Amino acid sequence: MFDWLIYLVSKLLFDTFGLKQGSHFAEAMHFFIYDTIKISILLIVIVFLVTLLRSYFPIEKVRDYLSGKQKIVGHIFASMFGMLTPFCSCSAIPLFIGFLQARVPLGVTFSYLISAPLGDAVVIAMLFSIFGIKVTLFYVGFALLIATISGLIIGHMGLEKEVLVEVKPLKTSTNSKLNSEPFLKRAKESFSYTKEIFKKIYPYIIIGIGVGAFIHGYIPATMIEKYAGGDVWYAPIIGVLMGVPMYSNAAGVLPLVEALTQKGVLMGTALSFMMAVVAVSLPEAMILKRVLSLKLIALFFTIVAVSILLTGYIFNYLIG
Amino acid sequence: MKIEILGTGCDKCKKLKDATMEALSKLDGFHEVVSVDDVLEILEYEVLQTPALVVDGKVKSFGKVLSSSEILKILREDE
Repeated sequence: MFDWLIYLVSKLLFDTFGLKQGSHFAEAMHFFIYDTIKISILLIVIVFLVTLLRSYFPIEKVRDYLSGKQKIVGHIFASMFGMLTPFCSCSAIPLFIGFLQARVPLGVTFSYLISAPLGDAVVIAMLFSIFGIKVTLFYVGFALLIATISGLIIGHMGLEKEVLVEVKPLKTSTNSKLNSEPFLKRAKESFSYTKEIFKKIYPYIIIGIGVGAFIHGYIPATMIEKYAGGDVWYAPIIGVLMGVPMYSNAAGVLPLVEALTQKGVLMGTALSFMMAVVAVSLPEAMILKRVLSLKLIALFFTIVAVSILLTGYIFNYLIG
Repeated sequence: MKIEILGTGCDKCKKLKDATMEALSKLDGFHEVVSVDDVLEILEYEVLQTPALVVDGKVKSFGKVLSSSEILKILREDE
């Protein structure tokens, strides 16, 4: 899809600036310029489209739909809706309690809460622009699986008393009538949202691509393979452990992951790391602490981290 | 009018408040603006996504940052 861009960048570097093809510097520069342009284009297009699509799936409707649904169907739908609805981590608590108020079971609510950050528009856009459609679909599939199963496990543990605030049943049905806007207005809003997101994350992307370019050009593959790469059995564990303390900077992390996979780190390891960055974050735990007991938060994190780890192993086994 | 901005203190809530202030500067009369940042209070309004704009107890928008002209339109309707 982007062959023309590779050609243009090569032309610019090798013909116009006369860099020597194959030199460390030329390779790093090529990676940097090519990735910056490609990722920017795809990021803007995909985030815009995803945001526009999501404006048609109001969370209120989803909540009413999930209300009272039990068992596996509820979990599967909650995971899918987590991917489809707009989500911002700052709304996590009102959303969580709001779901419980509408009698959505605790486990189903968790399925939603796990799936929503994994389906972040920026993450999807970056995955697609760097690794292509196949890896993106695998990612989405496994994200759904993780959310469904983790939610099921939490739901079966009878943890309702670990929710620290009183959940009052809803008085009235909601104000979802607010959500009926013409297409053009939605498109305009989605575009301004995309612009805002892009402004916020592009410094991280540039830094990420910069570090990625350096690895690509200067660090020999043998060195990476020795420490994080290839088929060392504990590689996904390192990936998850490194991912947990990082918060929502998936945008900056991905170009780095790209460079690492080119140097021999297995795809599953890279994906475990990615998922851990977006799905399990310590700052999020701090927010949740206001409404959930530490025990429940710890369980939630452990279950999600273990499922992500397993995903990494399965992935490594399947496509390496 | 009593205008409430619901939000747990993220970036977007601050932006919504700034836009509201700007909109109010174009209206006559005395109006009260309150930031509601307590989760339990926010839940009273049955809002799932923050930031939300509440005018005289009625939820006017949620989950997005409105521009000051959009807010002005909402406020004029209520006057």
